[in-house]
Amino acid sequence: MSSVREIFETMEYGPAPESADLALGWLEEHRHTFHPFINGEFPRFMDESYFESVDPRNGQSIARIVQCGDMEVNAAVAAAKAAFASWSALPGHERARYLYALARQIQKHSRLFAVLESLDNGKPIRESRDIDIPLVARHFYHHAGWAQLRNETFIGYEPIGVCGQIIPWNFPLLMLAWKIAPALAAGNTVVLKPAEYTSLTALLFAEVLQQISLPPGVVNIVTGDGRTGELIVRHRDVQKIAFTGSTEVGRIIRRETAGTGKKLSLELGGKSPFIVFEDADLDAAVEGVVDAIWFNQGQVCCAGSRLLLQESVAAKMLAKLRHRMENLRIGDPLDKGIDVGAIVAPVQLQRIRRLVEQGRAEGATCWQPSWALPQEGLFYPPTLFTDVEPASTLAQVEIFGPVLVTMTFRTPNEAVELANNTTYGLAASLWTENINLALDIAPKLRSGVVWVNSTNLFDAASGFGGYRESGFGREGGNEGMYEYLVPNWERFLPAYEKTEIVLSPQPLANSQHNAGGEPLIDRSPKLYIGAKQTRPDGGYSFSVENADGSYVSEAGLGNRKDIRNAVEAAHKAESWSRATAHLRAQILYYLAENLSVRAAEFSDRLILLTGADAGEAYREVAKSIERLFYYAAWTDKYDGYVHQTPFRNVTLAMPEPWGVMGVVCPAERPLLALVSLIAPAIALGNRVVVNPSWRFPLLATDLYQVLDTSDVPSGVVNIVTGHSDELAKVLAQHDDVAALWYIGSAKGGAMVERESAGNLKATWINHGKRRNWLDDHQAQGWEYLRHAVQIKNIWVPYGE
Amino acid sequence: MRTTSVDKPKAIHSPEEPTRNTGIPLDTGWLKQVQVNKSAVERRVATLIARRTVKKQWQAAWLLKAVSCIDLTTLAGDDTPGKIHRLCAKARHPIRGDLLEALGVADLGISVGAVCVYPTMVPHAVRALEGSGIPVASVATAFPTGLSPMKLRLEEIRCAVGEGAAEIDIVITRQHVLTGDWQALYDEVASFREACGEAHLKAILATAELATLRNIQRASLVAMMAGADFIKTSTGKEAENATLPVSLTMVRAIREYRERTGRNVGFKPAGGIRTAKDAMAWLILMKEELGRDWLEPELFRFGASTLLTDIERQLEHHVTGRYSAAYRHPMG
Repeated sequence: MSSVREIFETMEYGPAPESADLALGWLEEHRHTFHPFINGEFPRFMDESYFESVDPRNGQSIARIVQCGDMEVNAAVAAAKAAFASWSALPGHERARYLYALARQIQKHSRLFAVLESLDNGKPIRESRDIDIPLVARHFYHHAGWAQLRNETFIGYEPIGVCGQIIPWNFPLLMLAWKIAPALAAGNTVVLKPAEYTSLTALLFAEVLQQISLPPGVVNIVTGDGRTGELIVRHRDVQKIAFTGSTEVGRIIRRETAGTGKKLSLELGGKSPFIVFEDADLDAAVEGVVDAIWFNQGQVCCAGSRLLLQESVAAKMLAKLRHRMENLRIGDPLDKGIDVGAIVAPVQLQRIRRLVEQGRAEGATCWQPSWALPQEGLFYPPTLFTDVEPASTLAQVEIFGPVLVTMTFRTPNEAVELANNTTYGLAASLWTENINLALDIAPKLRSGVVWVNSTNLFDAASGFGGYRESGFGREGGNEGMYEYLVPNWERFLPAYEKTEIVLSPQPLANSQHNAGGEPLIDRSPKLYIGAKQTRPDGGYSFSVENADGSYVSEAGLGNRKDIRNAVEAAHKAESWSRATAHLRAQILYYLAENLSVRAAEFSDRLILLTGADAGEAYREVAKSIERLFYYAAWTDKYDGYVHQTPFRNVTLAMPEPWGVMGVVCPAERPLLALVSLIAPAIALGNRVVVNPSWRFPLLATDLYQVLDTSDVPSGVVNIVTGHSDELAKVLAQHDDVAALWYIGSAKGGAMVERESAGNLKATWINHGKRRNWLDDHQAQGWEYLRHAVQIKNIWVPYGE
Repeated sequence: MRTTSVDKPKAIHSPEEPTRNTGIPLDTGWLKQVQVNKSAVERRVATLIARRTVKKQWQAAWLLKAVSCIDLTTLAGDDTPGKIHRLCAKARHPIRGDLLEALGVADLGISVGAVCVYPTMVPHAVRALEGSGIPVASVATAFPTGLSPMKLRLEEIRCAVGEGAAEIDIVITRQHVLTGDWQALYDEVASFREACGEAHLKAILATAELATLRNIQRASLVAMMAGADFIKTSTGKEAENATLPVSLTMVRAIREYRERTGRNVGFKPAGGIRTAKDAMAWLILMKEELGRDWLEPELFRFGASTLLTDIERQLEHHVTGRYSAAYRHPMG
């Protein structure tokens, strides 16, 4: 032991251990053996098998935990299902009381939770104590409020049912809170599976649930590895899956749940950019980097792992950063003076080592601080790579460790290009003292969160979640609540009649002569791509019949290349997404105006093709015009929010259009359904590739002239007629389509969800349920607007 | 099983004697590059003191270090020779002998960094500290506002130096900062420095009156360019005293100045630092942002009058395990 005299000379910090006695006592009390929490108890099952949970400081087992199988998962889901009716029927105030009690209990036992978390996960006690656990309590407080306010805030929405929730090991209790709090606030019941490396705080939380007398079955916690997760994902009685974890597993879950009717939210990987402009406060940015990539050993899905430096300040910034890295302290996670703790598991450590070696082999320059690592335990030093190119493995792959790669840029545009040059889109951090630059760049970054002059800020009031292959859905804020609610009209929709689904055109057989035998003037419509009528690539057409089965016309048979061309045209129309809402509203009004001029013509078409009577046809056209007005009205009123996050900043929740969307329309109400789907999409700034009714494409092709005369810019609406499910598949698989709406058969919907797993595009399908397009309650409104955008939260701290 | 935390190997400790800052020509281009993000500064200081803590004998050693960095100060209108004598006696023996014995440091001769007084009190302090090696610091230049004619302010410095003050704590003209007249500020501090001669100059920025952190960092740089040996936050008479965000801003200016010129400039937070816990926060700030060298009185001072009492109580607690009382420690 050093003497006071020696320390007076060296001025070293010395050890500052946080006592683990209470947490170890809790483990001891349970004889280091844990069982799942089902229906308010910790029941024992036959033939239990166990896995070990390890302390990452030394690799020693601290607990054995039941690997839950069929029996446990079935029991948990059954308990949640049974509890749903009464829990969802409780008045909001009563649910609020439970959530409030949870927040209070977590605060009261905050240190025990923090110590247990660090023991199990290896994260520094400072982080679990000052960040994780306070955010957990905050999440329950905030959502106690949503429980109270649900009915008046989310009018027309109701809870889903049993939610299966699968969470990762990097923020074990915080991810639990992010999942459970909104689910309960909305009135759902839960089966949650913590990650197998880090189950302990979830099990302590289960005891808190008992303490507050939460009704049995409302929350169930099943432990185990991916096999247990799979049982939850596949369970028939689970209506919603919320998953946080790797993109790879996210894809599997997307495919697995396709067509099952399960609602899905995915929060997946990232390779988030950290952009430093030349006018940034560089010392502040250096600390930002510390918080971005050495927070939780870099095991953070939104870690700022790609440092993008403006060339003029790159050398200076890197020198400061290296100096700062020398001052980081790594070691015992339970030491209060530690910056970097232990890596959660040997397999993670191996992965980090392997990727670093690969980076070196590819020619990147690796730099690590001069100090030595602890002799024992799972540690990896903070690591900085320079001479990294966008093509390098290290620049593309999520490392999930304390490894930072650096690239440089010359101009703001180049910064944006580099930042967006990734399949991910979770978060971004940008540093500049120029507000013009900051507010110019933030919307251009394809990520769900943008932190200006800050990083890794989280709060229950702000939505968190990704763009692109970082997943879809948000956690936190009112946007997060929608992940646990469904519109109340969905439950009552009837399934399509079988005959409605099989409606498909006949092959070319009919005579192309009118009744008198005289040849018709051919007016076969083509496709509409980039505001041009284009012949289908394949050179095929299909015939369209009247309601009585007689031949009317042919329509172009679109194929995958036509979809490709339409998507390209839509991408070129990027300025539509940046156009003012006022301008977009004017164009929607203009569309309505021009449609009304030709109302009679469209009515006649409907009568002829669908066999509708005059009144019905008139109503469909009139409703279509009204719907255009409706979304024109919304265009400049769908505002977003300024979230009330608890420190000095403005958190802007901005609804941003997806960009390029696919829209596949149903057979019924061919004009109205088309308008009802296109209008909200383009109103909020999307450019769409539309496949109109396969059976009645002429209502869409007749619209070409209306679009042309209404100043709709080229590429904003592209129409490809043809076989809906074939074209939907191409759209679902297209990596440059960000979202896809499909209204059609259950089978087609399932295909769309399954095939969308490639780029994890957001999908919205009808699960084979028929909507009444004339009924405003179900054919227009908030749900349509909501699905037309994704929310980006931009955090802007201020103060001079 | 517990792995021990790894302390970074000893800071790059330059063996050569620190040389005095001689200043550099005014560089306004540098000043234009100054960027300080207030929110980020606040976040850094908030987490900085949560990221580091010092316990047990490390805490005792750090508290002793804090004592050695105190400019034991009295700057009151009712100061008298008697009061100065008492203060100087305390400066010589800041910690009770039995506590120093118990801590095993009785032979280290730990005293405070300096005694800081008004110019007319300098002769009394010099006499009282004779043979102790403890320097006398004098405020000057129409402390605390600085608003008197330049020739009087220069004369005040010369007078205090003539009476034996080894350190002069000058105040800058805030107007020069608020109007962005960096040349005027530079010329002012350079003149003061010249008047100081061999005495060391500490430039008090009176940060609470400079409006923004950017101004504070620019003023820090100009004072250093003009040859200040120390930059100091406050007179203790402004509406707000030393704060950690202000200190971080100034300390980063010192670091930048060192990187560009190779010269070490000292830092002195003053006013409002009353508890041992406060003192630890500043020591941690210095060690983290500037390194080990800035934990010595040559480069770091606390301007404080009541801080010492709280440190004495904490040290006694370390020795006895019982919470201490102020009356158990001789007053200064």
